[in-house]
Amino acid sequence: MKVIVVGCGRVGSAVALDLSKEGWDVSVIDEREDSLGRLGDAWSGGFFVGQGIDLQLLRQAGIEDADAVVVTTDGDNTNIVIGQVAQKMFSIGTVVVRLLDPARAEFYRTRGLNIVCPTSSAIAGVIEAVHAYQGATAAAN
Amino acid sequence: MYLLIAGGGKVGSNLARTLIRSGHEVTLIEQRSPRFDTLEAEFEHQVHKGDATELSVLERAGIRRPPDIVVAVTGDDEDNMVICQLARERYGVEKVIARVNDPRNGAYFDLLGIAPTVSATGSIMALIEHEVPEHGMIHLLELRKENLEIVEVTVADDAACCGKTIKQVALPEGSRLISVVRHGKAEVPLDTLMLEPGDSLLAILEPGKEDELRKALVKE
Repeated sequence: MKVIVVGCGRVGSAVALDLSKEGWDVSVIDEREDSLGRLGDAWSGGFFVGQGIDLQLLRQAGIEDADAVVVTTDGDNTNIVIGQVAQKMFSIGTVVVRLLDPARAEFYRTRGLNIVCPTSSAIAGVIEAVHAYQGATAAAN
Repeated sequence: MYLLIAGGGKVGSNLARTLIRSGHEVTLIEQRSPRFDTLEAEFEHQVHKGDATELSVLERAGIRRPPDIVVAVTGDDEDNMVICQLARERYGVEKVIARVNDPRNGAYFDLLGIAPTVSATGSIMALIEHEVPEHGMIHLLELRKENLEIVEVTVADDAACCGKTIKQVALPEGSRLISVVRHGKAEVPLDTLMLEPGDSLLAILEPGKEDELRKALVKE
């Protein structure tokens, strides 16, 4: 199984390493060459330097025969466009896009994009923690 | 008319100024602080500060009314695409116009169905081609929605079609002549019309047929 990971920050690099360990054939794209360091010295997958929106680079990285595309650059709008390109231009079945803005995440979910929004998860987690703390304090009193 | 313009650079601010002068209602959105201050001095309440790809910013600027046209002319193509998608698909704006900064991204605007688009590079290239026609063929017009384009060919002495009647010229499928301009006068391209040097031919064709058409008209 082949996956392209666009954006090699904290999230993208960790996803690339985990999937690679699981046996996936992983190609990573990032605009900064030094982000290769996040993948460690033993990285045996592909690494391509450039803009993830560059069609030629996506093809070089092997998007045409990829089974999955993961998009985790630090730009929400860049991620939205690359996700839709993977889906509509290359008919990739599994496209996962990380978006930081919950409002855009909600809208693009309705447009058929598979979105992970860490901001929403953080909000839910914080609220749950507040409720749990309140519950514990109420029980103690 | 009510227009929402995203991006207050040279293009956006000049558009806003011109539209306001001709009596239209305009809201301009600009993200960058120093640029916003300059714009606010001129446009006052008609300019809003913020990222036009944020739903809350668009809503404060009045996208829910909705505007008659949303114009996305920021310097970032991905932003322009998202602004147009949000405007049309989330807020029901009927018309959007987008600026393409990097012509290589044009295909993405097409893919996402965002039209019309305006690209400075594309427009200048079209003008240059008009001055220096590549292989004898000039692109005049692209009808994207219809998936057709109109080109002009000037018949040279040694052109493949010179001295032939239109019936004898084997035009590729998916193309046809729409007019022959001779001595400044447009003629209907009847089958029996003989093509002469200096004739200017207007043809309509499906994109991708240029090479075949060039072979039939210009050079075998």
